[in-house]
Amino acid sequence: MTATPAGTDVAARAVTAATRAPLGQRLRGRQNQNLWFWVFVGPFVIGLIVFIYIPILWSIYLSFFEAVNTVTPSKFVGVGNYLDMMRDSAFRSSLWTFIVFAAFIVPTTFALSLLTAFLVARTKVMQTFFRSVFFLPTACSYVVAALIWKMSIFAGVPSGMVNAAIGVVGHDAIPFLSVTKPPWYWLVIVTARLWLQVGFYMILFLAALQRISPTLYEAASIDGANAWQQFRYITLPQLRPTSAAVLLLLLINAFQAFDEFFNILSTFGQYPPYARPPLVYLYYVALGQGQDFGHGSAGAVILTLVIALSALVFNRFFSLRGED
Amino acid sequence: MAVVDRSPRARVATAIRYAALILGAILFLIPFYLLLRNALMSERDLGSPQWYWVPPSWHPENFTAIFNDPALPMARSLVNSVAIAIVQTLGVLILSGLAGYGLARIPYRWSNAVFYLITATLLIPAAVTFVPSFVLVSTLGWISTLRGLIIPGLFQALATFLFRQFFLGFPKEIEEAAFLDGLGYWGTFWRVVVPNSYGFAAAIGTITFIGSWNAFLWPLVIGREQTTWTVQIALSTFLTAQSVDLSHLFAAALVAIAPLLLMFLFLQRWIVEGVERTGMGGD
Repeated sequence: MTATPAGTDVAARAVTAATRAPLGQRLRGRQNQNLWFWVFVGPFVIGLIVFIYIPILWSIYLSFFEAVNTVTPSKFVGVGNYLDMMRDSAFRSSLWTFIVFAAFIVPTTFALSLLTAFLVARTKVMQTFFRSVFFLPTACSYVVAALIWKMSIFAGVPSGMVNAAIGVVGHDAIPFLSVTKPPWYWLVIVTARLWLQVGFYMILFLAALQRISPTLYEAASIDGANAWQQFRYITLPQLRPTSAAVLLLLLINAFQAFDEFFNILSTFGQYPPYARPPLVYLYYVALGQGQDFGHGSAGAVILTLVIALSALVFNRFFSLRGED
Repeated sequence: MAVVDRSPRARVATAIRYAALILGAILFLIPFYLLLRNALMSERDLGSPQWYWVPPSWHPENFTAIFNDPALPMARSLVNSVAIAIVQTLGVLILSGLAGYGLARIPYRWSNAVFYLITATLLIPAAVTFVPSFVLVSTLGWISTLRGLIIPGLFQALATFLFRQFFLGFPKEIEEAAFLDGLGYWGTFWRVVVPNSYGFAAAIGTITFIGSWNAFLWPLVIGREQTTWTVQIALSTFLTAQSVDLSHLFAAALVAIAPLLLMFLFLQRWIVEGVERTGMGGD
């Protein structure tokens, strides 16, 4: 009579099947459970199928066709779009941009958020204040951060904050966003992302630190373990699951980077030909002037495979390291 | 840990720790300060090579100017952003709440299969589906419409997954009592389960609201006409085109993040819980 455990449901189904109840009754299930299940879950599942599954399948279909400005193509090109994408040096360079970007931003964000979590966790005075300050940028959008970074902190004119500071020591203003040698724009992009993301992951690490049982530390200090040993043999191992999850999230987020690149680097509606991560590239191929859905879809499929593969490799690597 | 270490070495360590925290806090607050400062400065002072930590003159009229600037559709894009974020938040809570409850509590032969169908989409990075979703939405003729901006974002597998986990841990006794009173699944959910889940819903809701308010790529590709711009798109358009006064742009940006800053001041507890839950996948 209650929210039934699975066992009685099986029994009830066996009875229903044996007595061959009318079809309608069998579809509705005991106490109309089947009906109620779909009343609760149906709307969500239908939306998921319509707005996620169908587009993905459709997109895979489009990737084998020549589909410029149309979503009902007729010219089958096989793996032609895929080969074009692999041969396209701009596409390959967008993958390279992602690798360079991820290789820097993932470990740096990880280290800084872990460090702030440790600092905040061990602080007694004004802990809430410090936590809030580091967490506050999470409220900021990438667009707003891009505005502050591009137009105020790293503005390429003498009125920019950094240029004003180096002007004090007699250095000429650096045009941060309009030179590629050296590539100053990376400094602008990664610092903006660090500011936006560190607080979010700090919260995850803080939660993980709070979950470590104090008795572990008590036992260790009775056994004479010093602060470093406690950190090395208690804190770090206890943080492993969180660390793995954070690294994976950071990797996926770096892969999806778009907002700050788009807003910091494009000027007067033009995006420079360099520093195009995969999504920026796809945006211009599939949705820009081209509306080339065939190549865009092929690119999306390749990117999905790349990210799935790197997540897989990452997981494998991490679970192997976990053995010791 | 229980004994407070008062050795000189420990004191030096504490001092270094606080110095690092204070330095970090200053660095993290500077961008907010610049946003505020620039929003209140005149265009001329903002472009002057002389750096001002404190502006030579204050210009709060920038905030009224942005609502009167015909080039900057500020009011319209704020209304759009509010409407989209509220409808999306409520929609996600209702759809994922119902689905999560059904998956957690209603016995059904294919329940597990449906659950896998839902969680499989968690493995696909959202950004990869943007080309296919755009194709679908343009086929439906939903480009530059509010429904094109709102509806595809209503089906969040992560929220459903988290609601399911939450309801699995919900004390069964309360529901059983309600069931015995003849409330059925629907009545039990709305009258007993929902009133006891406000805290969890607040955590998921605040995170959904923030994500929706700050969303950029989807509104960029769907909200092409000015009438469907969100506040992020309006800011971005003028940032990349550089066609309005910079001080006005900063004033507009401050208005754009004000709702979220207020949320962080008053609802931080739920936001933190939401971050912990969504970040760790309900761990």
